[in-house]
Amino acid sequence: MSHDAQVYVRSQTEFEYIKQKRRKDMRNQITTFGIMIFLTLISFTAVAADFSVYLIVPVILLLAAIQVVLQLYYFMHMSEKNHQVVAFFLYSAVMLAFTFILTFLTIIWWG
Amino acid sequence: MDFNKKYTPQTWPDHPEQVTLEGKNKFLGFWLFLGGETVLFASLFATYLALKNKGPSGMEFSTDTLFELPLVFIMTMILLTSSLTSVYAMYHMKNHNFRGMQTWLAITVLLGFAFLGLEIYEFNHYVHLGFTYGQSAFSSSFFTLVGTHGLHVVIGLGWIILLMLRNAKRGFSLYNAPKYYTASLYWHFIDVVWVFIFTVVYLMGVVG
Repeated sequence: MSHDAQVYVRSQTEFEYIKQKRRKDMRNQITTFGIMIFLTLISFTAVAADFSVYLIVPVILLLAAIQVVLQLYYFMHMSEKNHQVVAFFLYSAVMLAFTFILTFLTIIWWG
Repeated sequence: MDFNKKYTPQTWPDHPEQVTLEGKNKFLGFWLFLGGETVLFASLFATYLALKNKGPSGMEFSTDTLFELPLVFIMTMILLTSSLTSVYAMYHMKNHNFRGMQTWLAITVLLGFAFLGLEIYEFNHYVHLGFTYGQSAFSSSFFTLVGTHGLHVVIGLGWIILLMLRNAKRGFSLYNAPKYYTASLYWHFIDVVWVFIFTVVYLMGVVG
């Protein structure tokens, strides 16, 4: 256990700067949220509009993937520094996830 | 180090969740756990996709007649909004505004309960139609997948409520900052899984 966390007192200028930076980050998060809502709306309207299955399914899967990437990289801060090991854990899991789905589906379709 | 040390907005570190060794370990360990959760949900999704619409001959239930999009749409919006409110909570944690963080977490919890209420209503409705857990391979895989997600919502709600109550009078410290941070990661992960559930189960179910 680390015993000596340094206490650093910011100067007023530094403090104002970092507060402003955080506010800006928060505005970006709200933009991200807006994009996510928009993607969800497109998915639901595409299905409600009754387009061809072969068009809808790839499109809504792509929109879901984009939304999850936004959620992971912005809401869950993976775009920030110090997340290399996190990315390693997550991408290993995603590879396993695809293997599972491929395996189960091929068992059913070709079994 | 002294976990009870009091900080001010001026001295509060940039990444309070990763200052102590315990915080760093929690952060990495929690992401490893989320990797495991991803694999868990992948197996449930794979099972669902393999068994979708499969059941005894003459089964009257199928995804395109069973699911109702308006309810799913409302649930999606509620959960997505609750993800944003927990981002707000973490924003206030960075600014060392304890009351602000607790308020936004309380809103997150309320939205979580709204989501859970709608899910219970939905499951109850299916069971009344005769679409019970043991009715078919399709129903078992559906309830297991969506129910496991619902269980995660319950755990997430319990976790956040306990954190809020336990630390209500303590204020911020480097001891509880990593706890709040991981709880908010967990809540976002619940939304990540739901994005795939509403797409793969409900939307792809309705188009057939």
